[in-house]
Amino acid sequence: MSDPQIATLAELLAGANSSAVRIEPGDDARALLPHLGQLTLVEVTFPKFRDGRGYSSARILREAGFTGTLRAAGDVLVDQLGFMVRAGFDDFAPDVPLDPAVVERTLARYPFVYQKAADARAPAWALREGA
Amino acid sequence: MYRYDKIDQAIVDARVAEFKDQVARRLNNEITEDQFKPLRLMNGLYLQLHAYMLRVAIPYGTLSGTQMRMLAHIARKYDRDYGHFTTRQNIQYNWIKLEQFSDLLDDLSKVEMHAFQTSGNCIRNISSDQFAGAAADEVADPRPYAELLRQWSTLHPEFSFLPRKFKIAVIASEADRAAIQLHDIGLQLRKNDAGDLGFRVWVGGGMGRTPVLAKVIREFIPVSQFLSYSEAILRVYNRYGRRDNIYKARIKILVNELGIEEFTRQVEDEWALLQPLALDAPQSEYDRIIAQFPDPAFDPAAPDSIDVSNPEFGAWVDQNTHFHKQRGYASVTISLKPPGGIPGDASSAQMDIIADLAERYAHDEIRVTHSQNLVLAHVRKVDLHALWTVLRAAGLATANLDLVTDIIACPGMDYCTLANARSIPIAQKIAAKFENDGAAQRDIGELKIKISGCINGCGHHHAGHIGILGVDKKGEEAYQLLLGGSGAEDASLAKILGPGFDENGIVDAVDRLIGFYKSARTGPDERFLDAYRRLGPAPFKDAVYV
Repeated sequence: MSDPQIATLAELLAGANSSAVRIEPGDDARALLPHLGQLTLVEVTFPKFRDGRGYSSARILREAGFTGTLRAAGDVLVDQLGFMVRAGFDDFAPDVPLDPAVVERTLARYPFVYQKAADARAPAWALREGA
Repeated sequence: MYRYDKIDQAIVDARVAEFKDQVARRLNNEITEDQFKPLRLMNGLYLQLHAYMLRVAIPYGTLSGTQMRMLAHIARKYDRDYGHFTTRQNIQYNWIKLEQFSDLLDDLSKVEMHAFQTSGNCIRNISSDQFAGAAADEVADPRPYAELLRQWSTLHPEFSFLPRKFKIAVIASEADRAAIQLHDIGLQLRKNDAGDLGFRVWVGGGMGRTPVLAKVIREFIPVSQFLSYSEAILRVYNRYGRRDNIYKARIKILVNELGIEEFTRQVEDEWALLQPLALDAPQSEYDRIIAQFPDPAFDPAAPDSIDVSNPEFGAWVDQNTHFHKQRGYASVTISLKPPGGIPGDASSAQMDIIADLAERYAHDEIRVTHSQNLVLAHVRKVDLHALWTVLRAAGLATANLDLVTDIIACPGMDYCTLANARSIPIAQKIAAKFENDGAAQRDIGELKIKISGCINGCGHHHAGHIGILGVDKKGEEAYQLLLGGSGAEDASLAKILGPGFDENGIVDAVDRLIGFYKSARTGPDERFLDAYRRLGPAPFKDAVYV
């Protein structure tokens, strides 16, 4: 299901006056950076859950200061959600609806993380530094 | 050795709970087999010919006596009383039942062990030099940096769905005992002119269908920034590595297609963009981890001489001990290549004995080598005879390190679904020609034979002085012969010598190669590999294809 209000990357780069854009795994997320001011939603597609390029796209956008909605759409499975949240996604449009109970326990799973990423969690080394 | 703090333990516990949840959902058909496969692979669980195979992670190949005893327990309780040490310093069990798997993971977690990221398209277990912390030629112990990499790569949010698997090795000397030039990233710890520690960074090495030696993309990255630099490399790979063809998805293909200059430029640009994010661990974390790899409490009065009046013991000391930085000490290699054995296999009883010996004589540390042997890194020379006596009684004192019978072999068609041919019986037949004559083996000298049962190259045939590759030839097992490879600091890729052989033919061909080498070498100091490099393939070919 395509949302007509969401522009493709090509349309955006051609001057579409849209506040929402969809990027595919092969699109360069950095092409959006000059346009971040007009965007409130970026949808990153995952045609296959095994294709992990969207995680880099998400982090690149958050690292560049994008504060709008970052949506993971497509073959989004519950076992990828934890990684996606850490990569900066805050909205999800899975092809197959997720079980809310499984989502809840998945996202609450890890009391600690090792790396600094695009979410607000402090990495283990930062917690140890304060200990 | 690194010991978990409450954070490390909590992450392992959560990971075990997560995988149990995933298994339960698979059994309830809440997730498909296709969706489950990468989840179980990231927990080290493969489906092989006869059963599930589990690969347990041994970070940078270092483990304690307690951990080794747990590996023995697992072999005894869940498998057929043995385990198989691998070329990436891990251990595999070949006969695991899925219904026992969660109990097994609980057992492992009790001794700070797990099976995470030993498979799958993620950053795999970090490998290193088996003599780390003991070698006289290292600039510093590389293992604290391997531990930093372990933590950084564990459940990495951006790099858990890479185009393909990703292997990193870390060493700290000019001598390369970890084959870093055949890894996706090889890191060589060194000092710059100012005396600061940093890494020379190699990228894009690998074996498999397309063997490539890694290339240096940076001569020096300060240790304080090597994690963010690794992050930049991985990001370039994750974004641009090929995903259209599984056989062209490793980073070596990307490096070759872009060219090393362009690849390096992209990494450097990415790294510059990452700089403001302060992704690197602070000095306090380096200090905390380095403090867990102190020198053991060496005995300064340990005598440096060894009584080698027993010639069998003397031969073992000559062959299987390595020079130690501390006077009066040696590093001992325990050969897992006994006569008639399977390369890398150890029984539960042997693992228990090695655990005991490590505690009694070796400061409670054991290492796994990429040649599928074990090492006790810090042993007083005065204790070597007592140690050898116990090893000998356990069938663990074969004096063949780096000799013709110290063969690397993959599991091959005896276990593996990918294999085209058997590897283990070939290794056994070649070894059988020499294993009863230690003097003849020593006369041949260093000779690294490496055998793979298929083109994926898990037996490192590309890096063998003599490499053997099993192929399927019209439904029959056949073996190609390659010469001139090396996985050491003089890395090179072996080249096919000529037409392939059947099982007996390949064993005879190796015999003829060795016979020719002995007649053609300039002297006992010229290794097989050196003679091959000096003479080229032609005379070796003439000797084999008579």
